[in-house]
Amino acid sequence: MTFHLNEDKPIFQQIADTIESSILEGTLAVGERVPSTNEFAKFYAINPATAAKGINLLVDEDIIYKKRGIGMFVAEGAPTIISAKRKSRFFHDYILPLKQEAVKLGLTDEDLIHLLKGAMK
Amino acid sequence: MNVEISNLSKTYGASKALNNVSLLFEANKIYGLLGRNGAGKTTLMQILAGQQRQSHGVIKVGGQDPFENGTLLSQISLINESNNFKNNLKIKDVLKIGALFYPNWCTETADKLLADFELDRQMKTKKLSKGMASALGIVIGLASKTKVTIFDEPYIGLDASARYRFYDILLEEYQKEPRTIILSTHLIDEVSNLFEEVIIIDEGEVLLKQNKDALLQLSLQLSGPTKAIDHYTKGKQVIHATEMMGNKTVLLFNDVYDVADLRQRGFQVEETNIQKLMVYLTEKKDVRTHD
Repeated sequence: MTFHLNEDKPIFQQIADTIESSILEGTLAVGERVPSTNEFAKFYAINPATAAKGINLLVDEDIIYKKRGIGMFVAEGAPTIISAKRKSRFFHDYILPLKQEAVKLGLTDEDLIHLLKGAMK
Repeated sequence: MNVEISNLSKTYGASKALNNVSLLFEANKIYGLLGRNGAGKTTLMQILAGQQRQSHGVIKVGGQDPFENGTLLSQISLINESNNFKNNLKIKDVLKIGALFYPNWCTETADKLLADFELDRQMKTKKLSKGMASALGIVIGLASKTKVTIFDEPYIGLDASARYRFYDILLEEYQKEPRTIILSTHLIDEVSNLFEEVIIIDEGEVLLKQNKDALLQLSLQLSGPTKAIDHYTKGKQVIHATEMMGNKTVLLFNDVYDVADLRQRGFQVEETNIQKLMVYLTEKKDVRTHD
């Protein structure tokens, strides 16, 4: 999880991302309780409405669900939904910037493939 | 408690401190009231707290005019930057007065906060350092548990570690018992994460009032080769621009952005922050945004 917020993205987005990453990495398991709005607000020293906005993004995507009066929990299909979403963003988030930097440095496609294969070993 | 202000003006002789201000503060939200020195923040807060009378216009706190309204004023607290206390009192006397004046006063909270800020209740207020006086003001403001709690920069006397303690305590108290909180500050970077709503006042007028998260999404910092940036930003609202080594960085405002598309064009895209927005927007005059 992220311990510090930065200015790369909106804070509510960072809250959503950090919950998603915890679910993907398995530190937050399916069926487990997600920290409350107030707990996030306190931990990151942010307005509870901002924390709620981040959490609600995930509720809208069926990644977490609310049990009235009890709390919020990781939904059954959450890891699948998150990894599908991240895979669809992978090209934009990682491949494009990689390619842009490679072009600046004059690296060829073969160079890139070679480097990637080395990294995957 | 909602606070509703309509067409409010305040003049001091020939100068206008507030000019036709209309604002709604909704109950139980945290508001950041921002602006340059002399913008009219303090005047507005003093009118909210019934300590000054407006020249024109209407103010209703929970439906009533706060001016000389004792019952209502026991539900509103305003803590100023300094001079909050009479000099010849001890801290414990100040607390006693607070308990008498504010019906929702919470002794437990006062005691806890005194300990948090390491204040000795036997000390006389005239002996307090700037930081201690600030801390005592904060204790009163939070222990009063008033429906409308206004801080006009009392944290300015606190050192960095005490300020962060204040931010934590404020959030904790707010979560335990939500109330309408209005904060004015120049340390915007430190405090802006606490705001739910942002109001920027400029030369006595409301320049902008927006939900904070929504406001940040209206703005974006974009960097890239000067030519490409100039081409892209044609016809768009640029509130600040800097150039260096053939690269230009601009702060865009009042638009919807496709970040993925911008990155694909090779631009560097960054979020902006409330402090930058405040600084650059109050330099420009042709911006008016109301939610």
